[in-house]
Amino acid sequence: MHLSPEVPLVWYLLLSAVLFCLGVVGFLIKRNLITVFMSIELMLNAVNLSFVTFAHQWHDVKGQIFVFFVMVVAAAEAAVGLAIIIAVFRARATLAVDRIDLMKL
Amino acid sequence: MNESLHLWLIPLLPFIGFLLNGLLGRRLPKAVVSAIALLAPLGSFLVVLLASRAALPHSESYGNWITVGPLNIDLTFVLDQLSLIMLLVITGVGFLIHIYSVGYMHDDEGYWRYFAYLNLFLFFMTTLVLAGNALLMFVGWEGVGLASYLLIGFWFQKKSASDAGKKAFIVNRIGDFGFLIGLFLLLANFGTLSFSDLAQKIAANPTMTGGVLTAIALCLFIGATGKSAQLPLYVWLPDAMEGPTPVSALIHAATMVTAGVYMVARTHFIFDRSPLALSVVAIIGAATALFAATIGLVQTDIKRVLAYSTVSQLGYMFLGCGVAAYSAAIFHLMTHAFFKALLFLAAGSVIHAMGGEQDMRKMGGLRTKTPITFWTMTMAVLAISGFPFMSAFFSKDAILAAAFASGSLGKLLWFVGLVTAGLTAFYMFRLWYLTFFGETRSHDAHSHESPWSMLGPLAILAVLSVGGGWIGAGRFGAFLSPVLGTKTEELTGSLEYIMMALAVAAGALGWFLAHRMYHQRSAAAQLAAPAPAGYNLLQNKYYVDEFYNLIVVKPLLTLSKYFLEWVVDFAILGGLAWLLAGIASLSGAILQRWQSGNIRSYAAWLALGAAVLLYFVLAPHVFGAASLHLGMAGH
Amino acid sequence: MDSMILTLILLAPLAGAILVALLPDRSKLPAWLALISTLVTFGLALHLPAHYDAAHPGFQFVVNKPWIENPAIFYHVGVDGLSLWLVVLVGLLGPIGVLASWKAIQRREKVYYSLFLVQQTAMLGVFISLDLMVYYGFWELSLVPMAILIAMYGRKNGPAAATKFFLFTFIPSAPLLVAILYLYSRTGSFQFPDLRTDIAVGAVPAGALFWVALAFLFAFAVKVPVFPLHGWLADTFSEAPVAMAMVVAGKLGLYSMLRFHVGLFPVQAHNIAPLLIALGVIGILYGACLALVQRDYWRFLAFAAMSHLGLITVGVYGFTLTGWTGATYQILNNELIDAALFVLLGALEIRYATSQIAAYGGLANRVPRLATLFVIVSLAMIGLPMLNGFIGEFLILSSTFTISHSWAIAATVGVILSAAYMLWMIQRVFYGTESKLAAESPATDLRLSEQLVLWPIAVLLLIMGVAPNLWLRTIETAPKPIVLQQARSADQPAVTSVPMEVQR
Repeated sequence: MHLSPEVPLVWYLLLSAVLFCLGVVGFLIKRNLITVFMSIELMLNAVNLSFVTFAHQWHDVKGQIFVFFVMVVAAAEAAVGLAIIIAVFRARATLAVDRIDLMKL
Repeated sequence: MNESLHLWLIPLLPFIGFLLNGLLGRRLPKAVVSAIALLAPLGSFLVVLLASRAALPHSESYGNWITVGPLNIDLTFVLDQLSLIMLLVITGVGFLIHIYSVGYMHDDEGYWRYFAYLNLFLFFMTTLVLAGNALLMFVGWEGVGLASYLLIGFWFQKKSASDAGKKAFIVNRIGDFGFLIGLFLLLANFGTLSFSDLAQKIAANPTMTGGVLTAIALCLFIGATGKSAQLPLYVWLPDAMEGPTPVSALIHAATMVTAGVYMVARTHFIFDRSPLALSVVAIIGAATALFAATIGLVQTDIKRVLAYSTVSQLGYMFLGCGVAAYSAAIFHLMTHAFFKALLFLAAGSVIHAMGGEQDMRKMGGLRTKTPITFWTMTMAVLAISGFPFMSAFFSKDAILAAAFASGSLGKLLWFVGLVTAGLTAFYMFRLWYLTFFGETRSHDAHSHESPWSMLGPLAILAVLSVGGGWIGAGRFGAFLSPVLGTKTEELTGSLEYIMMALAVAAGALGWFLAHRMYHQRSAAAQLAAPAPAGYNLLQNKYYVDEFYNLIVVKPLLTLSKYFLEWVVDFAILGGLAWLLAGIASLSGAILQRWQSGNIRSYAAWLALGAAVLLYFVLAPHVFGAASLHLGMAGH
Repeated sequence: MDSMILTLILLAPLAGAILVALLPDRSKLPAWLALISTLVTFGLALHLPAHYDAAHPGFQFVVNKPWIENPAIFYHVGVDGLSLWLVVLVGLLGPIGVLASWKAIQRREKVYYSLFLVQQTAMLGVFISLDLMVYYGFWELSLVPMAILIAMYGRKNGPAAATKFFLFTFIPSAPLLVAILYLYSRTGSFQFPDLRTDIAVGAVPAGALFWVALAFLFAFAVKVPVFPLHGWLADTFSEAPVAMAMVVAGKLGLYSMLRFHVGLFPVQAHNIAPLLIALGVIGILYGACLALVQRDYWRFLAFAAMSHLGLITVGVYGFTLTGWTGATYQILNNELIDAALFVLLGALEIRYATSQIAAYGGLANRVPRLATLFVIVSLAMIGLPMLNGFIGEFLILSSTFTISHSWAIAATVGVILSAAYMLWMIQRVFYGTESKLAAESPATDLRLSEQLVLWPIAVLLLIMGVAPNLWLRTIETAPKPIVLQQARSADQPAVTSVPMEVQR
């Protein structure tokens, strides 16, 4: 076969992994609620990327269809999540993750 | 055995009297209560008289009581010579005391209650005597203890009275504990509690001696020491004087306390096979006789003197049993019932005349004020001191003679008995002089004679105390031999007369000393002068009650409260439970910190959990063959 | 009728509970409904001894219907000599409890009476169930109304006492459930007769059987209670309403020991019997000693009851025929006596509002009938011959004596101590000079509702003492465990005790 001028698939997977890790780290470390939220979105998108990559690798469209599912869920989640954040902000006047801890025993 | 003698009537009549007076008596007029109460013992007495003409022994069975597997106890009443004599005494003397009580308790509010309890007592006592097996006897045995408890504590508002009742019941129970163990031993070894079956089984086994039989005899004897107030369980009897005087006469002189003697006589076939047990019985009997007599020397309450006298005389009876002279013991039981009941009733009459005073130091000169009481009591005092030809002369003599004839131990015990006879005479005459002679020491001049309802029984008992001995002299043993066997060693001839003379001499000596000390001068200081320390010891009853309190009661209560309740129950057991609960709540408190509400911590745990799960899902695939091998090796 | 009777008995109190819950709480309607319901139950229960065939020992009035397929749970009920009179007893304690609560419970009566009736259903269920899962269900159910009512009506510290009671008795039930499930996994059945034969033929390995039997024993021992697991008893007696406290201790645990511990695991039970006899004797003496020094009369009663339950435990683990029969009979006796004492002490509390013994004194003049009945019941409790307590006591002690002289003698000491503490109590409360409380509070003697309960019990105590064969006849026919393979050791009991019999 001839050498394709494409980007090797592994790099996509690596990128996806890196993005996912960034998302996880951001989720764990960031102190602003919205930033945490963005990290979650980042994780979701990283997963989307890996789905697409594998779909291309196996020449199976199911992976790409799954991306749609993920995107819908992400969108819904964003909507609800942001609504909750606004409600929390109205109640507590802060978005610092550490200060929103009323759900404890 | 042929036709029924209706023995069941004997206990039933008093029981009906108890029910009627107990349930309805509060509302009935006194005359009706008295009538019901008197008809019962009279009726029983008549049934006994009628039954006495039949061929003895006669047993009647009324069906099964307890039947479980091989254990079978039935309701059997047996009338033989022994129970006949007991029943005549119980119902006869009981009837007289009932009559006396009509007068004595006339002004008491609890009149109906008193007679209900008295009838209840008769019910249990007759059951005890008629019982054909040991368990039925135990029913009567504990039952008379109950009646005693109710009657001693009759005036229950008085703390000393209710305390005395409680003490009596509990000390009796200690004896009953021994009795029960004896019953268990009998059951375990012979499979039956029926007296006739047991006698047969033991008779069929002539080589069986000692061992188990000793254990049984001793256990039963423990019961007897409780019920019949011997060492070491006699302590309840003096306190029992808190009860009305007729109660003391009936229960604590004539009948209940003699139950122990009766029981030993009834089970003599066991005791006969155990020389050790017989020795123990004799020694305790003699020791108690002496011990109680010494205490009686210095008591100032007229009833207490009589109480200790009872303990002492019971000691004689057990001495008789212990030397296997059972019929002599029963003979003395009978005569004792007469004169002791008389003594108590007369004392009651004295107390009645003194308006309730019981302290002899405050009495005196009653001879002229209450002549009939004086003369009847004199008969009793003479009788108990062994005055020749009066009742106790014969019965005491029979016992002492039998003791002397029973080996070297017997001779020692005979001597103890002789000394005690002297002491008995002394304290009885002391009582006599203090009460009836000398100047009137009481300030109340209203002493008067008692009503005829009280004096009548006194007179009858006086006749019996004087002449009662003639009923049995020489013939008692023969009459009872079908039941009790005959004593092999007997004193005969001149030795017997010498014994008699010695006993009379001892009695005379006692009278003489009492005369010197109390007729001329009347003060308790007389006795105190020579040995004040000894006097104190006797006055305080050798401190036995205090000793028991110190050794038994206080330690038990202290142990229960401080060790068992605080240390074991609260600290140890409660502590253990608290510890377990503490562990649970501590771990809960620790785990609770996980729910911190901190979103980042939740996030971290979430991530960690996800990573672990991922590892377990991927590991087989990533590590491939290696992990598969690991997995396989595990199984 | 025979096949329906047990179901009817079970449903009668339940129906009553539902009616009480649904109908309005007006003019003592809940109390009356409860009374009618319990009387109906009792009447139905009397059908059992009337129609029991003593010539055919074994379970009678049996109903065995499949209920759940997987796991195989059947609605399997029946009674035999052991449980027959216990069912009647529970039936009798129903109206007694209602009458005892008549004046004592003044608020939230609907809740009280409906829970009371549910409790009765649970207890009946325990006695008649022959399917282990159904039995376990009723066993656990009996805890719930008790805990709720203790929390609601506790005198000083209801919720704490309720928690203690519930946890103490509930926690050991967890291993019990595990053990039951394990047995099912090994034998495929929850049915008592099947399990009995399966275990006897060795379907379950001996090592596991030891733990299973222990789990069973542990759960039952707490419920009795056996020393040292008695910690819940005193607080429960102090806080529970009278009618509930009188049913909480003793019979469920003791029955279960006889039926499911000795009955299912005779070998293991026999092996652990010396320990249980020792604990029983210790319980007798310990309970008696503590009863002597209590200041509160509910706690006094708790320790007195514990002492007498210890004696029954000794009877259960003596492994003699006389002992088992005596123990079963004594369960009946004890429950009646304790019920009467609860009613009497409850009557005192209604009138004088305190349970401190020191506050009382000299009451016999003011409340003579109460005093008289108290004395009668106390005499029954301390085993006066002619009253029922003596019969069981004598049977148990004499049979224990054939196994072990020393333990029997130690147990008999309890006879002395029980007289001591009961008479001490009587004296402190009724005799002597009148205390300030007695003199100042106006008090009436027993009311009709109280007398209606107490006099029949007193008469029953007498009849049970004088004619015990009426009951012993049926109790004796209870099935004995299958004969053990191991031979008896040196202390061969003598004539009166027949340790094992072949299963009929």
